[in-house]
Amino acid sequence: MARYFTEEHEWIEVDGEAATIGITDYAQEQLGDVVFVEVPQTGTALEKGAEAAVVESVKAASDVYAPISGEVLEGNGALEADPELVNSSPEDEGWFFKMTVADKSELEGLMDAAAYKAFCDGL
Amino acid sequence: MSDSEPEFEEQPPEKLPLDAWHRAQGARMVPFAGYEMPIQYNGEHGGIVAEHNWTRTSASLFDVSHMGQLAISGENAAHELEKLVPGAIANLGEGKMRYTLLLTEGGGIIDDLIVTHAGERLALVVNGACKWDDIAHLREHLPDAITLTHYEDFALLALQGPKAAEVLESLIPGVDELSFMTAAAFTWDGIDLWISRAGYTGEDGFEIALPEGDAERLANALVADERVQPAGLGARDSLRLEAGLPLYGHDLSLETDPVSAGLAFAVSKARRETGGYFGYQTCMERLAEGGCAQMRVGLSLEGRLPAREGAEVFAAAAKVGTLTSGGFSPTLGHPVAMAYIDTAHTAPGTTLEVEVRGKRLPATVTTLPFVPHKYHRKGA
Repeated sequence: MARYFTEEHEWIEVDGEAATIGITDYAQEQLGDVVFVEVPQTGTALEKGAEAAVVESVKAASDVYAPISGEVLEGNGALEADPELVNSSPEDEGWFFKMTVADKSELEGLMDAAAYKAFCDGL
Repeated sequence: MSDSEPEFEEQPPEKLPLDAWHRAQGARMVPFAGYEMPIQYNGEHGGIVAEHNWTRTSASLFDVSHMGQLAISGENAAHELEKLVPGAIANLGEGKMRYTLLLTEGGGIIDDLIVTHAGERLALVVNGACKWDDIAHLREHLPDAITLTHYEDFALLALQGPKAAEVLESLIPGVDELSFMTAAAFTWDGIDLWISRAGYTGEDGFEIALPEGDAERLANALVADERVQPAGLGARDSLRLEAGLPLYGHDLSLETDPVSAGLAFAVSKARRETGGYFGYQTCMERLAEGGCAQMRVGLSLEGRLPAREGAEVFAAAAKVGTLTSGGFSPTLGHPVAMAYIDTAHTAPGTTLEVEVRGKRLPATVTTLPFVPHKYHRKGA
């Protein structure tokens, strides 16, 4: 398994043909208290960079983009009842959705953990 | 991930007198009203919801030094100001405060403000984002003999919450004798303070004006009390929304008038007979039966999905209004909003729908405030 990060503060964990997507600890910290999450429906076809999910904090609504192209396998149903999981466990239980990996070459442009940390430190 | 409603500022923002203090307290600073302002603080008690709840149960310290602190003085200052506002100013007793509105000749709202009879002068507290326009408007329309002073080197701290009075009384004996919407001069540790029992959270509380160089000393003394935590703009916004209090630039604008805005209480009863102020004609037309095409009302939403400013409101297929403020209410646990709605649909209990990202959410017209005010009124 390998975990990648985007400049939009999403993480993507690839396990074989499937990937799990969420937002990073840095992102949840910036958003503040999350009150609602809208995850994509199973079967939705997503192009890399497309709007995939919406996260609403007390402050504002933010879009979450598909970091790669693929088809949605599952949204995290737990976020409906418990959206604050995004704050308490952003990079584990607070995952947003799982999707197929349509084109593995799209992973090449993403950051690893060290590169993402350096990216955040530079903000 | 990115904010769908980015904010940007044309000018580089200015720093508040307490800028370094906020950063040391763990504030996240954002541009607002031309200043870098703390939106929320880090740490155990930090975050918008935690700061909000702390204000509703204990006491929070807000820095509102971005607001304009003005004063007018001179012969007939109160009568001259009355030509620009619908409120009764000339009959204000010393130390009494009044919420009123600067209106255009056509009745549009230039700003909302608090006027205090402060002895020799009338003190005005206006919105930070409006203060330069307000000053220009006042200077243009007040006679030259009226002196207008801008206290640019003064800070304004707000201590808000059910424990605000006991905290401040322990530091500055006598402040608890103030009742809601009254003000007086005090001294603390050699500093001259002007303290008002007022605020914009719906809670009991105080606003303290003092020289900016002394603000840090007082802020430190206040947060040294374990009942007090600093709170930022984020909580200030959710608190005022629950309290049903309009925010200029969102719920009030040049396109709105006092009556449509649900602020008819600010149109003085006595002055409805006599008139003689900007916007009088519009106020009278709006006050007449059926005079308002739309009114500002509260909307309560079910579920958890907040509806934000700009969202459209429907009665069946017909669009009947637009949200001017909206968010999640930490106290109530569901989203609330303020909206301008066609008057036929403004009766409390009316069921409407708000559209958010193509989804229709049920919303019920609700009497404001959403959360009852807890002001310390005289005799209470």
